Amino acid sequence: MMPDMLSSSLQIAAPELILAIGAMILLMIGVFMGEKSAQTITGLSVAVIIIAALWLILVTPLGVGFGGSFVLDPFARFMKILVLIGSAAAVIMSVGFAESERFNRFEFPVLVLLSTTGMMMMVSAGDMIALYLGLELQSLAIYVLAAINRDSVRSTEAGLKYFVLGALSSGMLLYGASMVYGFTGHIEFTQIAAVAAESGRSVGLIVGLVFVLAGLAFKISAVPFHMWTPDVYEGAPTPITAFLAGAPKIAAMALLTRFTVQGFEPLSDQWQQVIVFISIASMAFGAFAAIGQHNIKRLMAYSSIAHMGYALVGLAAANTEGVRGVLIYMTVYLMMTLGTFAVILAMRRRDGMVEEIDDLSGLSQTNPMMALFLTVMMLSLAGLPPLAGFIGKYFVFMAAVHAGLWPLAIIGVLASVVGLFYYLRIVKTMWFDEPAEAFVPMAIELRAVLWVTGLVVFPVYIFVSGPIFAAAEAAAKTFF
Amino acid sequence: MYTIIVLLPLAGFLIAGLFGKSIGAKACEYTLSGFMVVAAILSWIAFLSFGYGEGETLRVPLLHWMQSGTLDVAWSLRIDRLTLVMLVVVNTVSTLVHVYSIGYMHHDPHRPRFFAYLSLFTFAMLMLVTSNNLVQMFFGWEGVGLASYLLIGFWYKKPTANAAAMKAFVVNRVGDFGFALGIFGVFALFGSVNFDTIFAGAADVAAQLGGGHEAAAAGAGAAAHGAGDVVLNFAGYGLTMGSALTVVCLLLFMGAMGKSAQLGLHTWLPDAMEGPTPVSALIHAATMVTAGVFMLARMSPLFELSPSALTFVTFIGATTAFFAATIGLVQNDIKRVIAYSTCSQLGYMFVALGVGAYGPAIFHLFTHAFFKALLFLGAGSVIHAVSDEQDMRRMGGLRTHIPKTYWMMVIGTLALTGFPFTAGYYSKDAIIEAAFVGHNSFALYGWGMTVIAAALTSFYSWRLIFMTFHGKPRASADVMHHIHESPLVMLVPLYVLAAGALFAGIVFEHSFIGEGYDEFWHAALYTGAENHVLHDMHEISFWIAILPTLCMVIGFVVAYMFYIRQPSLAKETAKRNRGLYQFLLNKWYFDELYDFLFVKPSQHLGRFLWKTGDGKVIDGLGPDGVSARVLDVTGRVVRLQSGYLYHYAFAMLIGVAALVTWMMLGGAS
Repeated sequence: MMPDMLSSSLQIAAPELILAIGAMILLMIGVFMGEKSAQTITGLSVAVIIIAALWLILVTPLGVGFGGSFVLDPFARFMKILVLIGSAAAVIMSVGFAESERFNRFEFPVLVLLSTTGMMMMVSAGDMIALYLGLELQSLAIYVLAAINRDSVRSTEAGLKYFVLGALSSGMLLYGASMVYGFTGHIEFTQIAAVAAESGRSVGLIVGLVFVLAGLAFKISAVPFHMWTPDVYEGAPTPITAFLAGAPKIAAMALLTRFTVQGFEPLSDQWQQVIVFISIASMAFGAFAAIGQHNIKRLMAYSSIAHMGYALVGLAAANTEGVRGVLIYMTVYLMMTLGTFAVILAMRRRDGMVEEIDDLSGLSQTNPMMALFLTVMMLSLAGLPPLAGFIGKYFVFMAAVHAGLWPLAIIGVLASVVGLFYYLRIVKTMWFDEPAEAFVPMAIELRAVLWVTGLVVFPVYIFVSGPIFAAAEAAAKTFF
Repeated sequence: MYTIIVLLPLAGFLIAGLFGKSIGAKACEYTLSGFMVVAAILSWIAFLSFGYGEGETLRVPLLHWMQSGTLDVAWSLRIDRLTLVMLVVVNTVSTLVHVYSIGYMHHDPHRPRFFAYLSLFTFAMLMLVTSNNLVQMFFGWEGVGLASYLLIGFWYKKPTANAAAMKAFVVNRVGDFGFALGIFGVFALFGSVNFDTIFAGAADVAAQLGGGHEAAAAGAGAAAHGAGDVVLNFAGYGLTMGSALTVVCLLLFMGAMGKSAQLGLHTWLPDAMEGPTPVSALIHAATMVTAGVFMLARMSPLFELSPSALTFVTFIGATTAFFAATIGLVQNDIKRVIAYSTCSQLGYMFVALGVGAYGPAIFHLFTHAFFKALLFLGAGSVIHAVSDEQDMRRMGGLRTHIPKTYWMMVIGTLALTGFPFTAGYYSKDAIIEAAFVGHNSFALYGWGMTVIAAALTSFYSWRLIFMTFHGKPRASADVMHHIHESPLVMLVPLYVLAAGALFAGIVFEHSFIGEGYDEFWHAALYTGAENHVLHDMHEISFWIAILPTLCMVIGFVVAYMFYIRQPSLAKETAKRNRGLYQFLLNKWYFDELYDFLFVKPSQHLGRFLWKTGDGKVIDGLGPDGVSARVLDVTGRVVRLQSGYLYHYAFAMLIGVAALVTWMMLGGAS
């Protein structure tokens, strides 16, 4: 590789480098300073993420580096910004939790940084190797994170489950990748697409495709590869659940989009069927299963399953409009998830964290502001106009309708009706039930996240929707 | 002035309805009663100052209401003699009832609501009688129906009161349905709902029908059709003008039957006695129930054109007069006796209308308002005295305890039975005479029925007096101990009404039905060219004229025999004629018949539609069913989440295997 090419490649990958180097430095600081450095490292890691984000937006040029393995296009940049926001918010929200729950582990922010690096690589992956590298870096960090509270049986169980199933899904993905390579002779997405366009459909290629899709579906927790989600969400410490529900989903969705739309564009009528299937299964399963839940983290797990289903509706359209829908949906999803988890993290009484839905009883009387924001979040998750959640659903459903996927859109709407039930049940619990014991006052950083996301969900998104839609449009055009 | 008369009760209703709680019951009572006193005085001034002879019909426009195509409806007052008579009746009785209620209701915690309803009723009734078109009349018509419903069910915690209120409402809907159809019919025939246009059209039709086809060219508007042309399609029949008018008149009369409790649609009136007694006096004796009579009198130009409709009116009125009187003979509830009496007296009025004697009908309405309100308020005073007991079998011997009430009741009874020179004597005898000289085929039947009913009326009225006031006390010692004369606030209205019951006849006979008829009514009541009833009724023989009075005496003597001389006679007679007695006691089994014919089937239908149609089909397959299925699915789906790692891995493998299989086999194309 020529030096100038290397330097341009390094320029393109600068944000990832910042994150990786920052993670290592912070790790050293932590190792030498011990537990008491946790606060410092948390703050510094947020700073690193912000620097990386600024670098990404202001300095880094678009382009292809490392011989096609690493791609930074508008789509990647859009997704990376979302990932960085999600990671930064998750780290910020952990501050109060770390203090009150004696969860002073400096490894947490470091692992988040490493995982974020992996996600950034996933988003930018231009070939199968980079895809796998990014995926594994992200996943390994998260396995550890899920089990980080090693004194807790639930936490370790969650970590272990995630790890074992993750290994299984990685195996499938690798197997599928090898099949694809075997039948096309290429690992780069663009070249795979070229070969596929030439030779058309072959059984081996299809099998490989399905296996890779299965591996990626596992990461976005789409049905039937979702089984880990509720257990891990519930078992992992709440800040980690908040992290898990945000950034990794976005990265995996970005990867899935790039892999299907860029790598298998000629075979879109093939993978479309798979996407439609898992989309319907996810929406329906998420909606129905969430009704039976009493634990709000578990409920959010099913909720996120359903939301991945909705996002996949956009992907199933397999055109610019659909991908734009996915991008907008993921943006909105991130805001809603972060806001909701800010509330969940604030569900703390004097004797510790609580996470049952019943604990929210009468919140409107004990903490009206929190109840109001959570209500906005719930209604937005349910997709009621004029909240942002409705806009997200509107774009993906319209994309599906324009692409002729009527049944998919109708099923999606029906599923969201069912979904409305459990969101409204939370609202009802907060506003109409007898007040339970009040929570301790909300920590400042949670309040900040809640205010920002809450206002974005309604009504700020109306004012910023122009530039965001334009950015999403530009990002979606990358592939077509 | 007329506007003030009409709007004062509305103002009272709004004050008591909106601010009743905040200004207190006492303030409400006095404000509203004060308003009514003003309105009553103003209506008497209007009545007396309205020019005799030259009195033209006044029209006072208030507001424009609606316009759609040729339908043009305005809020406006039509002031003529008929309206003024009604204004006087309504406002006088209403005022007295307001005042009386201050005393009668003073234990009740919901007095502001009661007074608000009373004023609402008065307003609606005034709208009804002052209306210048059928739609405004219908508004008033429904308004009094609503107020009646609210007041019958005033004690809403009493299930029987609620049932009675609903019954009154539902039965009235049947009549109102006919009335509404009648209004549509009138609009179809004359192209307008305004009285002026209708009456003008009716006059044209009269000319046509009288003069045959030659006069057709002179007709205007809808009446321009030839008498043989089809002008209205009803129930699949094309009707010519003559029969169309009959149909329309019968439909209008159907509305009147409902409101005025005529045979067939009368069942609600006795039950309406569940309401507070002042309400019975105001609504169910003096004013609302006479709305039907008023409406027919108002529409007299139309009814004059349809002899068949008038014949039917005579038949129904006569039958009702007789039928209600027979039931009144055996009832034991003091208010129900008076209620059936009201029903019977309304029958008299319809007989008069049916034979074309509109003057006597309205005259009887006028006098009846006084003595029937007197009887009801007197009954209220009795009930008040004996601790809310209404059964006459547990009264008796009250004469010495409440002498003032007793004498007032006697005056009312004298007037009702037509004792010479009391109010009822003039008006009732006039009706009976008019029926005797009437020309339609049921006029003689009407005469016979009303004469018999006169005897029956006398019997049951005196029976009421004797059972209540004479004989030995049958009430418990406790009740007798508490017995007391009513306060002055309740007695004064009785005195006023008693004065009316005694003198209203002698004072107004001349104007209402006598020599001053044309001068007094002017154009308010229309009589056809061939209608000479009023003239003829003054030329009947002495024996016919004296007959009603004889009947009254017979009724009195029989009642005296049964209840004073030989109290056992009544029971024996009842025992000997057991079948007849039961038949009368059960009100000719009308309620049972309706229950069987209409109420039960519709309840079954309703229950079927509710339980099966709505509950099982719509709810079961709709909301409930869907949500139950959702929960079923949820239960099953949640069970999938077993927590075992190998289940999860298995699910993933099954998923990927299924997808691969599908893609290789089916999804390929």
